[in-house]
Amino acid sequence: MSENQNTIDRREAIKRVTFLLGGVALVGGSGLLTACERAQRDAATAREGAGTFTARDIAFLDEVAETILPETKTPGAKAAHVGAFMALMVTDTYSDRDQGIFRDGMRQLDEAWFMAAAPQQRLARLEQVDREQKAYTDARKDADPPHYFRLMKELTLLGYLTSEIGCTQAMRYRETPGRFDPCVPYTPGETAWAAHA
Amino acid sequence: MMQSQSYDAIVVGSGISGGWAAKELTEKGLRVLLLERGKNIEHVKDYVNATKAPWDYPHRGGRTRAMEDAYPVLKRDYPLNEKNLDWWASDQESPYTEVKRFDWYRGYHVGGRSLMWGRQSYRWSDFDFKANAQDGVAIDWPIRYADLAPWYDYVERHAGIAGSREGMAQLPDGQFQPAMPLNCGEAMIAGRLRKQFGGRRRIIPGRTANLTRALPGRSPCQYRNACWLGCPYGAYFSTQSSTLPAAVATGRLTLKPFAIVTEVLYDRDKKRATGVRVLDAVTEQTTDYSAPIIFLCASTLNSTWLLLRSATDVWPGGLGSSSGQLGHNLMDHHFRAGASGKIEGLNGKYTYGRRPTGFYIPRYRNLFGDTRVYLRGFGYQGGASRQGWSRAVAELGVGGAFKDAMAQPGPWTIGATAFGEMLPNHANRIAIDPSKQDKWGLPVLAIDCATGENERQMRRDMMNDMAETLEAAGVKEVDTYDSGYFPGMGIHEMGTARMGRDPKTSVLNAHNQVWDAPNVFVTDGSCMTSASCVNPSLTYMALTARAADFAVAELKRHNL
Repeated sequence: MSENQNTIDRREAIKRVTFLLGGVALVGGSGLLTACERAQRDAATAREGAGTFTARDIAFLDEVAETILPETKTPGAKAAHVGAFMALMVTDTYSDRDQGIFRDGMRQLDEAWFMAAAPQQRLARLEQVDREQKAYTDARKDADPPHYFRLMKELTLLGYLTSEIGCTQAMRYRETPGRFDPCVPYTPGETAWAAHA
Repeated sequence: MMQSQSYDAIVVGSGISGGWAAKELTEKGLRVLLLERGKNIEHVKDYVNATKAPWDYPHRGGRTRAMEDAYPVLKRDYPLNEKNLDWWASDQESPYTEVKRFDWYRGYHVGGRSLMWGRQSYRWSDFDFKANAQDGVAIDWPIRYADLAPWYDYVERHAGIAGSREGMAQLPDGQFQPAMPLNCGEAMIAGRLRKQFGGRRRIIPGRTANLTRALPGRSPCQYRNACWLGCPYGAYFSTQSSTLPAAVATGRLTLKPFAIVTEVLYDRDKKRATGVRVLDAVTEQTTDYSAPIIFLCASTLNSTWLLLRSATDVWPGGLGSSSGQLGHNLMDHHFRAGASGKIEGLNGKYTYGRRPTGFYIPRYRNLFGDTRVYLRGFGYQGGASRQGWSRAVAELGVGGAFKDAMAQPGPWTIGATAFGEMLPNHANRIAIDPSKQDKWGLPVLAIDCATGENERQMRRDMMNDMAETLEAAGVKEVDTYDSGYFPGMGIHEMGTARMGRDPKTSVLNAHNQVWDAPNVFVTDGSCMTSASCVNPSLTYMALTARAADFAVAELKRHNL
């Protein structure tokens, strides 16, 4: 299986999710991207690299996530424990390559500077990184590695918008809608209905 | 130490076909033994994830490296996920040999894939039943639509199919519950298509085995769209919600999980099967069971796998192999090609509730005067919706305004994927691979199957037609795709023990009886002589109910 095939599968998966399931679960699945690469990995090395996020790492990731999705009239990503979610997903689902890219990205964002910076400085920094990642990703060929900030942004969105806070406060959630209305009025500003599990 | 126990009928497999066989045979007065190779899953009680919220899953439903390592086949597509992983067969316990890549997604438990199926339910038409004869492909079906129509009526009433009456010859109407309606995006495009294509390319509500009206013991759909976790309301058709309770209510059903049928026992003097040999999947003890009627409903490849292992002292190729057709003509539906785009002008509209179906565009190619370079055709399954938050991943932006915007619904999009008919081909086959064994010591199947030139030609239309259709209806930013296809991905595997009119060229007759053992009936997808382009499960239900009716009548006439 080629990297190309995996990437196509992932696009397909996102299409399927978007059109049929309503948008959950597969966005962060870099597992879809990297199954082949993973087949070649050294399992022992992989185990060593897993689960090594410290409390300090998670606090840093919480602040990165909070800058991407801050508290507004609804709680932000930190309240939804997105830092811990990112650490879990990177550890359990990422390939060795992507774990390396994610870790390297954390170094590039510079924890010491980031934690000391004011919210406006953090935002300016991530806006710049986001522009870089967007330009890189738009030009990216299938075999190229992903940009670290793309991974962070993806996990932050997934972690927040599938959290209880994201579903029930940032969006609206009905476990059991009870009926289907095929066409209802929508006023701009109203939040989306979250998907079920 | 072998014991023997006797019943009036034995049904092998408890999925869509086996559940129907058990229901019909018990309701007609027979004491039935229903054998299932995997564990029991009790209705509602064992749907352990059905009411979980998204945030109750550590990986939010995704897949871990450990899961991928444990499921080398399942990981190829969406079935590998955190939410119903327990319901997919273990690739490691039940391996198979891929002479060519074949994705085999299996459900080894009571209910089989009836618990996880997509529920799309369409009748075949005479365009399908006559296709082989008209095209000179493979062999003719031994039945026509008229043979099956009353049985479609019968199974639809009990299963509960929501759909709209459309009066289309290629997609006959049925005994429908009220349809789940098109949403405003779909309805708008459907209206424009009617003008552009004069009804030839028509968007209709997907016909689905989800209730819109209550049936005894079952509630209507609550629009949770979490069917694949099991429905606490029994609102979609499964063995557990529909056929098993009916069979149990007769007091004549014995359900035996963890029962792997290793062979059908055959009496060469009487030219009849006498029963089955069962290996207990847990204790590994062997027991023989006898019955005058045996229904094989173990799923397409598994029923044929069982036949290949049976009566080999009489026919080295297995029970039903005298025609040389057992194991041959494996089919699926090829798909993963289509198009999508954006709908403008509906920003003031939204939907409420999660409808567990989409729209359908019935086949229009090679029908009513249309002719293409390839044979047969395809239908589309699709949907329109407002984009969710996942659109945000690709968009530029971070910060508060970005967050609040992404918590709102995005633009309306619409898309559809074609499901195309795959021609029967003798070269597409399964056989025993004596070099490899499963966990229980059974030699595994080798699968050798590929699509051909006809499918390749059809795929161009499958992709380009959708773009043409959407653009004609004013959809913007239309994007086409062909994501590639390998046999099995459709999870609509069919054939390998085809029905026919002649024992020299087919495995089964017009009543699904094995020509070489008339008290053995095969009514799952193995029996299919061609593949149509519509989802096959409803046809298995109708064929099974019809065969059960015939079997009991023959038993009473002392013909079995």
